[in-house]
Amino acid sequence: MATDIETTGSSAPYGPDNPAPVIEPPRARTSRTPKTTRTNFELYGWLFMRLSGIVLVVLVIGHLLIQLVLDGGVSKIGFAFVAGRWASPFWQTWDLIMLWLGMLHGANGLRTIINDYAERDSTRLWLKALLYTATVFTILLGTLVIFTFDPNIR
Amino acid sequence: MSSAVMDKAEAEAKQPASHLITATFRIRRFNPEVSEEASWEDFQLEIDPKERVLDALHQIKWEIDGTLTFRRSCAHGICGSDAMRINGRNRLACKTLIKDLNPDQPITVEAIKGLTLLKDLVVDMEPFFQAYRDVMPFLVTSGNEPTRERLQSAEDRERFDDTTKCILCAACTSSCPVFWNDGQYFGPAAIVNAHRFIFDSRDEAGEQRLEILNDKDGVWRCRTVFNCTEACPRGIEVTKAIQEVKRALITRRF
Ligand code: FES
Repeated sequence: MATDIETTGSSAPYGPDNPAPVIEPPRARTSRTPKTTRTNFELYGWLFMRLSGIVLVVLVIGHLLIQLVLDGGVSKIGFAFVAGRWASPFWQTWDLIMLWLGMLHGANGLRTIINDYAERDSTRLWLKALLYTATVFTILLGTLVIFTFDPNIR
Repeated sequence: MSSAVMDKAEAEAKQPASHLITATFRIRRFNPEVSEEASWEDFQLEIDPKERVLDALHQIKWEIDGTLTFRRSCAHGICGSDAMRINGRNRLACKTLIKDLNPDQPITVEAIKGLTLLKDLVVDMEPFFQAYRDVMPFLVTSGNEPTRERLQSAEDRERFDDTTKCILCAACTSSCPVFWNDGQYFGPAAIVNAHRFIFDSRDEAGEQRLEILNDKDGVWRCRTVFNCTEACPRGIEVTKAIQEVKRALITRRF
């Protein structure tokens, strides 16, 4: 009565004395799995995602409204427009907070995704190294620009 | 399922007194002594749709192919040994009726995911029980042993009533996408069993268990996917229990 709908059996001589390797999932827990590290890093990371998310909703929607919708929309954006806004410490702070929160929020999210999906330890290491480098670079560069912006540059 | 009922009515009209239907079971087989790869195999059965998937597996094993391997013990949803992936969802074979599965189409049965596949529907449960042991699933107290039971009010008992129902079948843990990719995550079942003691007024190691679950493989890896709540054959609100542990951790800190 049984019908094979998909015969994938290879001709390798497997037998009771010579079984094939069992099908293992990545990264199983064993009694040697690292024990607790006693830090609150993940707790703070989790909280940070929730809190920064709420703040970012306000900052980003406000930003998009100002840049793209109100007052002529995209067409008004130019060097002079940006220079005008950054003359005020209020918009400087707004953009600075948005930069830091956005970058850290995104980086932590990607860190989580790497933890979830990268199977081998070396893949994890390299992806995270790349992620942290890119994050630090972008944050530093952005901060530098906001603070040292010179409207009279030619 | 209405179509199943209709089919049954039709079938009865054709051959009176027959309550049996023909159902196809598509089972993912793996036998390392024959091949290194798993493959799907179809079995056609004449079976009463009011029977359970476990009965179909028995019928296959006893009448068609004795090499079919699966775990079961109580056959009544108590022991938790026959969790498997039926039509893509984790369930207990002994609690799943065939008529609830749309038997017009092949019913797929495969082992639960995220644990080492040993043979056919049997997986290595060791990592699952390792996570269970790691949360200290036993009563911890200090001081002298009382001469009578440790009493508890009905409200205190109610606090963790839901999580006492766990039968450790691994349906929740092996339905969790985080666990599929990283078996180092404690998984819902271990957290449920930690919850059972963390919120028990008689227990004194709640703090220690919270500390264990505060780690990088602990509750913070939960993405509230709700697969575990959906999979639980005992109807435990698993995701809610995990969230309660998270809340306990946060309120403890602030
Ligand atoms: S056989 Fe015991 S739970 Fe299904």
